[in-house]
Amino acid sequence: MATVSIRDLEIEFGNLKVLKTLDLEIEQGEFIVLLGPSGCGKSTLLNAVAGLLDVSAGQIWIGGKNVTWEEPKDRGIGMVFQSYALYPRMTVEGNLSFGLKMAKVPKDEIDKRVARAAKILQIEPLLKRRPAELSGGQRQRVAIGRALVRDVDVFLFDEPLSNLDAKLRTELRVELKRLHQELGSTMIYVTHDQIEALTLADRVAVMNGGVIQQLASPKEIYRRPISRFVAGFVGSPSMNFIEGNLSVSDGKAAFKLPDGHLVDMTGYEFETPPEHGRPATLGVRPEQVDLEHREPGASVLPVKLTLLEPMGADSLVWGELAGKTFSVRIDGDAHVETPSSVDAFFLPAQASIFDLSTGARL
Amino acid sequence: MASLTANGHIEPSGPRPKRIGPGRYGVYAFLIISALFFLIPLYVMIVTSLKPMDEIRLGNLFALPGSPSFDAWVKAWSQACTGLNCNGIHVGMLNSIKILVPSVLLSIAVGSVTGYALSFWRPKGANILFAVLLLGAFIPYQVFLYPLVRILSMVSLYNSIPGVVFVHTIFGLPLMTLLFRNFYAGIPIDLFKAARVDGGGFWAIFIRLMLPLSTPIIVVAAILQITGIWNDFLFGLIFAGRENFPMTVQLNNVVNSSFGEKEYNVNMAATILTALVPLFVYFVSGRWFVRGIASGAVKG
Repeated sequence: MATVSIRDLEIEFGNLKVLKTLDLEIEQGEFIVLLGPSGCGKSTLLNAVAGLLDVSAGQIWIGGKNVTWEEPKDRGIGMVFQSYALYPRMTVEGNLSFGLKMAKVPKDEIDKRVARAAKILQIEPLLKRRPAELSGGQRQRVAIGRALVRDVDVFLFDEPLSNLDAKLRTELRVELKRLHQELGSTMIYVTHDQIEALTLADRVAVMNGGVIQQLASPKEIYRRPISRFVAGFVGSPSMNFIEGNLSVSDGKAAFKLPDGHLVDMTGYEFETPPEHGRPATLGVRPEQVDLEHREPGASVLPVKLTLLEPMGADSLVWGELAGKTFSVRIDGDAHVETPSSVDAFFLPAQASIFDLSTGARL
Repeated sequence: MASLTANGHIEPSGPRPKRIGPGRYGVYAFLIISALFFLIPLYVMIVTSLKPMDEIRLGNLFALPGSPSFDAWVKAWSQACTGLNCNGIHVGMLNSIKILVPSVLLSIAVGSVTGYALSFWRPKGANILFAVLLLGAFIPYQVFLYPLVRILSMVSLYNSIPGVVFVHTIFGLPLMTLLFRNFYAGIPIDLFKAARVDGGGFWAIFIRLMLPLSTPIIVVAAILQITGIWNDFLFGLIFAGRENFPMTVQLNNVVNSSFGEKEYNVNMAATILTALVPLFVYFVSGRWFVRGIASGAVKG
């Protein structure tokens, strides 16, 4: 258990700035997920924390100690890789004990710790096997075990579930959460999978272009995305975006669609006082739209529905609004006519409004 | 199209594809003829080595020996004259082994460590170093000969087995490094990262993790080095010294000794004896060799 503090970190590869003056304070025992698209710098950040990359500027502190130039083994970290990275010519036991042997831990202590890790991860029957004889899920357990035996303060996960099939991924995800609760270790987890991010994290750091765009609880990230990028990246299917202008009259704010239709935004909490005529983007999540019931305070969007996509528990209805694709999530038993033109209801308090050019939340 | 048989299973219909067609026969015929063509010199050598000189003088190159005898082989092995000594080429064979074993071990050891360092640790200037190393491989040997002679005599290694081993190791370095670097480039970098997080240092990761994975490429490297160093003539002649001439140099002395009649049977026997080691290596390891080269090509 340790705090991790990243201060003004910069990493350059040649002329390419991969991380730009990045700050991140992680509390003791916290589960932080770094979420972002490929190439956003999340894996680079993790490798830097692990000590596998030289930083260009800034500092990394782990457990109150400046470890910026420490060797990976002296940082009190364990790392789990997407490709498992098990040592192919060693048995599971050999894989688990390699780090302890390197640290010259006495033999009986090694045996004790390997046995304990194997028990926690339920891989006791596999100890004598080679990695090639294990399934993907078993391999990833062994990889986690390799960090576990070393009693590290900080666990680093680099997309650990991406190589597993959907069912195993769900299983291991739950197990990881359980493991975090049992151990109480600080964990930093890199993924591009938003479900993993939202389910596992205490706080999610959404990254793009080498900077952290938003660092907040999963709920906050989902409910109040700080930028259009975060809003679009988190949530599936993606948030619906409608471009238009803000309209303010008699102190009441509204959103003006391109065709002149006014959408009442009473109830929306603006970050900055709304300016009349400002170009903006209205964002509404598919699951925040209701086609049947109009709740008190709800506003109306005129939507043309074109296609119904049943998904079991619920269905997606695809349509069009102001020339853009618009999707609505409805109950799996509900029925809608397609094609048809309907009124879609949403609560302005749940919606998001972004500046059209900067993408910042208004 | 499928048709139902009596027991209800669906059977494939239509004629079975023929396993061996006329095209195949043509390919085999071509391969057999090529093989025979390339085996002719070997046949002539073996046949000649088993004939006495009287029979050879008749000039029937392809005729089988009338009374085969191994006299020429015995003479080549233990009595043929190489310059002034008439101890046969077995002296050269011992010298060749004394040069070969340490040269092969040393060049593979140095090349594998260099390749490992270049592909995983990437010290500053690694790429420049590698480029220079490769460039060195393309410069004709002859350019280096005189400076090397001077250097070796300065450190008193000239005309000695350690001297020629040193030269073989240096000249093997570019190829060995290239081979191992490309092989290690095919090993996932995560494996190396995991070992570093686990506290492995330069040597621990190399010896415990990388070497056990390197068997295929070590075999390829060994084959290349064994055949290359065994067949070497130039370095042996220049750097080994009169006492330590390898088999190839001795063979040349046997074949080119200029007094009396040319003993073709002895020459042939001596040549085959000299070629035995690389021949043996190819026969035993041909499969490994192709596999190693192919895997390097795909992964590297």
